[in-house]
Amino acid sequence: MTSEFNAAAFYKHLKEGKKLMGVKCQDCGHLSPEPRPMCPVCHGFNMEWRQFSGRAKLSTFTCISIVSAAMAAKGYGRDNPCCAGIVTLEEGPRISARINGVDGRNPQDIKTGMDVVLDLEDVDEESPSLAFKPA
Amino acid sequence: MATINKKRQLGRPVSIVGAGLSQFGAFPEKDSRDLFVEAFQDMVQSMDKGFDIHDIECAYVGNYSSDLFEHQGHTAPIVADWLGITPIPITRIENACASSGSALREGVMAIASGMYDVVLVGGMEKMTNLPTDGVTDVLASAADGLYEVPSGLTFPGIFGAIAKAHMDRYETNLDHLLKVGIKNHQNGALNPKAQFQQTITEMMERRKARAQERGQEVPAWETDLDFLRDDRSNPWIAWPLRLYDCAPITDGASCVLLVSAEIADNFTDTPISVAGIGQATGKPLHDSEELTSLSAAKAASQQAYDMAGITVADIDLAEVHDCFTIAEIVASEDLGFFAPGEGPRAVDEGRTARDGDHPINTSGGLKAKGHPVGASGVGQVIEIYHQLRGEAGERQMKKANPSVGITHNVGGTGGTCVVNVLRRES
Ligand SMILES: [Zn+2]
Repeated sequence: MTSEFNAAAFYKHLKEGKKLMGVKCQDCGHLSPEPRPMCPVCHGFNMEWRQFSGRAKLSTFTCISIVSAAMAAKGYGRDNPCCAGIVTLEEGPRISARINGVDGRNPQDIKTGMDVVLDLEDVDEESPSLAFKPA
Repeated sequence: MATINKKRQLGRPVSIVGAGLSQFGAFPEKDSRDLFVEAFQDMVQSMDKGFDIHDIECAYVGNYSSDLFEHQGHTAPIVADWLGITPIPITRIENACASSGSALREGVMAIASGMYDVVLVGGMEKMTNLPTDGVTDVLASAADGLYEVPSGLTFPGIFGAIAKAHMDRYETNLDHLLKVGIKNHQNGALNPKAQFQQTITEMMERRKARAQERGQEVPAWETDLDFLRDDRSNPWIAWPLRLYDCAPITDGASCVLLVSAEIADNFTDTPISVAGIGQATGKPLHDSEELTSLSAAKAASQQAYDMAGITVADIDLAEVHDCFTIAEIVASEDLGFFAPGEGPRAVDEGRTARDGDHPINTSGGLKAKGHPVGASGVGQVIEIYHQLRGEAGERQMKKANPSVGITHNVGGTGGTCVVNVLRRES
């Protein structure tokens, strides 16, 4: 049986549905923002889509000066460091994400613990990535 | 998860009886196969009682990505051909930067199983063909390409995020990170195989002298920390990590000869036994239990300590995976040398220096010795081998007659961790 829970679907929901769609295990209730066909906790195969609110807190971050080729193409680099980090979603799980709306040149002004929300402003058509911004 | 803590034993004891390392650095004219032969030659020439290459029955070679770095897949048979040891079986093991740590483990188990008596294990990586941004992308591919990399996180970026979490949770500051690099360069300066055989002070003085020669303004740095806190001499890579917080891009290879312990005295009177091996697996950082620790390192070290029947108090020295300075601090906590959050203070107090009570990275670590990723795990084992045999030369640790050393080799950002306990039995 083929599963509909995969990265292509995750980014399609983000790009076209403008929402953060993960999965919930129907057997044990485990939540995963990354759609996966199998529950990593109870090992069952009964997953269902679950929308995450998009509200989160910034858990940790970095401001990257030597960027990936994909981020260089978006204009990030030494003079414009790219902020990325890990957010803890309101529903509990954590996920890696770009952090928009902050100044990567002044990391001391970016505060972990701050409220962030899903940012769909510039979800890239070609290579969409998950992003949050200060609430 | 429950079964990982079961105490495991090797089917029979395994010893290391020879070790060889290529020069670490940037060698535009050499391919990975050439580097491996160089390491092998170094091993052959340093074997105490000589060695017949025909004794080798099986081989494992760690390599992260010859495919992307050299456009060469299926590299293990090429190594066998270059050594002239076909048709014996050789297998490439890929576990990112822990590739040769895992290759060593496969070799140990091959002997412990009773199937082979003499196994060659090693690793190699040829990285400098690509420019820095190319290497950045290749290394990033060791992280989750679907859910970590699209966020812009690079390899230094993920460790930068770990550093920030450590700074938030404990009293860790930027100087603690820089001091790890200063210490490792002090050790690397004494290692003739190291990519950087210079202390930070020597690098700083050289930069000042060069400015003077050119009639430029001589920077006002007085101490190592002045030099390392300056954005011009030590630019940001992924805040809070600067250039000198990152291991370099390196070409290099490493190998050791493993034999069944019962025949070790055919090769040397001072074999080093593989007393404990542990390997464990972790999740991407965002799914890890803690953002300030690598769970795989804790689990792998516990397995290795249990197999060897040791506690942390028995360990004389360690080579840990300092791909970034924060990684050494986190390792020193995960391995149990210091309580969580106490790693930075231990650096301040010099406890991890060669004359400290927990010497770490006497080789110079990945930071100064260099980090040819697929070669690093066995490279660490080689440093412990020499230290336990009292043949590390100028960088020999201060404590006399060390008998137990460990290695801690991390793949990616903690997806894999291999810990070995090595012991001198005589
Ligand atoms: Zn479940």
